[in-house]
Formats: sequence, structure tokens, C-alpha cells
Amino acid sequence: MAEKPVRVFLVDDHGLFRAGVRAELDSITDEVEVVGEAGTVGEAVAGIAHKKPDVVLLDVHMPDGGGAEVLRRSRPDNPEVVFLALSVSDAAEDVIAVIRAGARGYVTKTISSHELVRAVVRVSEGDAVFSPRLAGFVLDAFADRPGAAPISDPELDLLTPRERDVLRLLARGYAYKEIAAELFISVKTVETHVSSVLRKTQLSNRYELSRWASDRRLV
Amino acid sequence: MVDADLERVARDQADDDLKVRRRRTGRAVAGVAGGIADHLGIGVLWTRMAFALLAAFGGAGVLAYGLLWVFVPQARNEPKPVEVTVKEKQQARGLLAMGIGLAVGVGALSGMLNGWVAGGIAVTLVGAALVWREADEQQRRRWTKSGVVGAVVGSGGRSALVRVLTGGMLVVTGIVVFLARSVNLDQMQFALAAVLAALVGVAVLTVPFWLRLVRDLGEERTQRIRTEERAEIAAHLHDSVLQTLALIQKQSEAPREVLRLARGQERQLRSWLYGPSGYGRGRPVEGAQAGGAGGTPEATSLSEAIERACGEVEDQFAVKVQHVVVGDCQLDERLTGLVYAAREAAVNAAKHAGVGEVSVYAEVEPETVEIFVRDRGKGFDPDTVPADRHGLADSIRGRMERNGGELRLRTAPGEGTEVQLRMPRVSVGS
Repeated sequence: MAEKPVRVFLVDDHGLFRAGVRAELDSITDEVEVVGEAGTVGEAVAGIAHKKPDVVLLDVHMPDGGGAEVLRRSRPDNPEVVFLALSVSDAAEDVIAVIRAGARGYVTKTISSHELVRAVVRVSEGDAVFSPRLAGFVLDAFADRPGAAPISDPELDLLTPRERDVLRLLARGYAYKEIAAELFISVKTVETHVSSVLRKTQLSNRYELSRWASDRRLV
Repeated sequence: MVDADLERVARDQADDDLKVRRRRTGRAVAGVAGGIADHLGIGVLWTRMAFALLAAFGGAGVLAYGLLWVFVPQARNEPKPVEVTVKEKQQARGLLAMGIGLAVGVGALSGMLNGWVAGGIAVTLVGAALVWREADEQQRRRWTKSGVVGAVVGSGGRSALVRVLTGGMLVVTGIVVFLARSVNLDQMQFALAAVLAALVGVAVLTVPFWLRLVRDLGEERTQRIRTEERAEIAAHLHDSVLQTLALIQKQSEAPREVLRLARGQERQLRSWLYGPSGYGRGRPVEGAQAGGAGGTPEATSLSEAIERACGEVEDQFAVKVQHVVVGDCQLDERLTGLVYAAREAAVNAAKHAGVGEVSVYAEVEPETVEIFVRDRGKGFDPDTVPADRHGLADSIRGRMERNGGELRLRTAPGEGTEVQLRMPRVSVGS
């Protein structure tokens, strides 16, 4: 990699975990560089404003509002910073809540270091990172159920058949390359579909999405 | 425990910030006016003045003050004592005298009360105020020095006793004066009235005692609930996490075993915390032991069944089985067969693929349920499987076909394997 490393900022209230991630990221690759870390929401907001990292690895559960609060306070002033949520929980309300607060991806803490690096690099290039479980949640949220609330904005509240196919394969554990081969499209197109799904997940008013978000007191 | 206490203090503090609490320091009578002033964020002089002026309207201010005294609890802890200047103190006393004077005077002038009745009531009120104030004082001492239990007279010493007795005497005198002057009675009625008056006197004097009794009961109950909750969490962590950590230490020579233990424990804790009937979702249904802590009830929904099957495979073969379920439905005989088939497919992947991760994806559609079991492992050529290896053929394909489902297989050497299972659903609602 001749390019500049991706500058990463760690936010997690567990010092031990931060140290672990930092050590892993530093040892296995030159692609990413940890430029700072924070253990509280306040520190994180200040640190992000000061260091201007490329990617913030953000813990979902923290005292004082957690990752969603950091997103709410940091994003308006730092629109170019990309957030990737990292959490032990993969409960729907957690995942959807941070995505709707503006994170571009969600991975669980059991992810392998190499996968984490790949995810960081991908979000820094503007892609979205959907774990299979997140893909499953989104499919679930956009499912057509009998008796569901009427669709108010088809542009945001419905997935195209193609987006659905891509999500389904993501949930089945396929990599982008494999999805592209399976659907006879290019990897770039897969990325476009995923980004579009991310946008809909963030902006749609579908009942399931807002319910999951409001379970974590976030709308 | 220290942490818990600190936490309690912090919570009480937050509680005090939200609700009206009577002041504990810097009070003229009972801290009611101060408490309201703090709550509204205005100067205490204004609230005191309001009470004093209201007292002119048939004693409304006095009544309101008394009711607030009874029903608004004292602040538990004040961040810093309220500083009172001499001038403020004088103002407060002046307003207090003015309030009582207005209540009595206006009442007497307007003819609502004749002078003696008003005098009796005023004396009673002053007596009651003395006793109640002493009770507040007692409660405060009890909070500062725990372990001192006093109902009305506690550890206040002689002066407290004197104050309480004086208060009591004043109440009795007031009632007697009230009776003697306002009612003309024959003997029978007088006896009745005397008994009644005594009862009223006792009731007035013991108000603080009853209030404290009720409050203490409530407090004790919440305390007990908290303790029980803590004990439950501790017991659960002991039975699960600590045991597993001990096992992991013993097995530290065998990384595979450590991985298996850690995964199993993680799954169990996760379902205890976040599962459908888990701890983090509010109270679990009585009897439904959350998570895989042993003795779990039979799964009734497809998603639960799949989760459990994947967990079993993880435990047995020390691989990660990542499962995603979209939609959900009730489990019936066919779907149970489907889940068993999927489990078998995952077992095959775990045994033969030679990789650490298997993906299981299930999707419930109106007509069918599909499950995909996929690994990125060795793969194989289906035609070259020896005839004596019946795993895939019998237990998976056979099971699917018996239940009316179908199986497709995608694999090639070096390409990984994906088993696709599809089972039609029994039409719902027919």
C-alpha cells in the first residue's frame, strides 16, 4: 500500500478493549493508523474535533448516551468523518439506532482483526459495511407484511428487487465479489446497491426502523 | 457496597432535583417556602410573602403550608447548606408573624370566627408546628447518624423533649379553649366532645410518626427489591461466567477447547441479556429460564429453533456458526424437519469443510421457508462421494423429501459448499 494509511480514532469505555484493538491494528497492517482514543462521550467529541480522523470506531454502549450521542454531537461539525459502529451487542435496536444516527456500518466485536481492517478501509472509501446480521435486520424491516403501515414514500420506504437480492446474499455470508459473480453485476454496482440500502435505512420512516431506533431513545 | 451507596445517593440527588423537596437548612418553619422557591427558581422571599398574604383569605395560606408540610418530603441531602443572613431571618420571622396575624385577624374581623375560637385554633396550630418541626429534626438526625430510631422523640436530648411537650400542651390547650368557648353542651355531649377532642389532639401530634412509618415501609421495600435483584445477577454470573472462566483457566493448554467454552458462554450470556425473554428485555416470564442455562423449554418458533441448533453445532465442533433469520413463524412438524436438516448440513460443514466459520441464513416467506447453510471450505465433488457415506444423502435429502421439501447443493472442490433447503409452509389460516 503506497497510499496514506487510514487515520482511525477509537471510542470505547473499556480501556482494555481499546488497548487490544490498537495493538491488533498496529501489528497486522500499515493500512490503518490509530491516531487517538477516548473513553467517554465528551472526550470523544473533543478528540474527534481535534484530530479530524478519517474513521471513528465507535462503541455503541457507553455511559452518557453511548455511540448515538457521539454521532449526534460530532457529525454536524465534522461531516467528513466516517463512523463505524463496533459493539458486542447485535440486537436490532442497537444496530439500527446507530445506523440511523449516521454510522456507515456496524460490526460486532468478535470480528477478526483482518476483517476489521477491511471494514475500516471500506468505510473510509465511502462504502457501507453490512454484517450479515445487519443485512438480515434491514431485510426484515423492509419486508412486506400483511397489515403493515401504508408506504408514504416509495423512494425511501421500499427496496428494489435488486437491492433485496444483494442484501439476501450479504445475509447468507457472501462477500461483495461473490455477490457480483452470483448476480452477474460488477463489484462497483454491488457497492452502489449497498450504499443505497444504507441511505434508505437511515432516512426511511418505516415503522420497524423507527421502533427499533426509539427502543434506544433515538428517532 | 460503597459503589452501591454512592449510586443511591446520586439517584436520590437526581430525584430531589426533579421533585419539590422541603429545605433542610435555612428554613423558618419547615422549609416549605424555601423548597418551592428552589423548585421554581425564584427568591424565597416571594414564596414566603405569597403564603403570608394567602393566609389572609380565610387562612388559606396556613392551610396550604400545613398540607405541603405533611405531603412534601424533606430533601434527603443538600449539596450545600443554604446560607441565611440575619436580615433574611428577620424578614422570615416578620412574614411568619404577619401570616398568622392576618389569618387570625381577618378571620376574626370578618366574623367567620369569633376571637376565642380563632385563638384556640391558632394555639393548636402553633403547638402542632412545634411538634412536627421537632419530628423533621429527628428525621434529619437519623439520616446523618444512621441507626438512631426515634418516632417523635428520639435522640434530640432534653431540649427536644421540652419542645415536643410544649407543642403537645399547646395543642391540648388550643383544643380545650376552642371547646370551652365555642360550644355550649350538656354533660353527655361534653363527654363525647372531650373524647373526640382528645382523638383529634392525638392525631395531630402523631402525624409525623404515621408519615414516617409509611415512608419507611416504601423505602424498605425498594431496598429489598434492589438487594434481591443484585443477588440474582450475582448468582447468575457465578453460575455461568465464573464457572466458565475457571474452566478456561484449566483448559488453557487447549486453544480449541478454550474457544468452544468462550463461545458457548458468550452465547448464553447474550441470550440472557438480550434474548427475547432475557434480562435486558424486562422481567422474563415466570418459569421461563432465560438462555441456555440448562433446562430450556422447547423452542416454539423457527428463529429460536435455528438459534439453538446453531448453538449446539458451535458447542460440539468448536466452529463459529453465524446465523441470520429474516421473519419468523411457528414451528410445525415440517419446519422441525427442516431445522434438523439444516443442523445436519451445518454439522457436515463443521466436520469436513476445514474452516472455522459456517453461515446459516433462514428466510421466512409467505409460501415457503428457505435455509442456506454455507461454508468457504474445501468443497467437494458430489459424484465422488463414496456410497457408504450417507450423511448428506440420507439425513438431509431424505429428511427434506419426506416432509415435502427440496434440497439443492452448490459445491466444487476448493469453492466451498452451500446447501440450499426449501420447505413449503402449511397454508396459514386455512
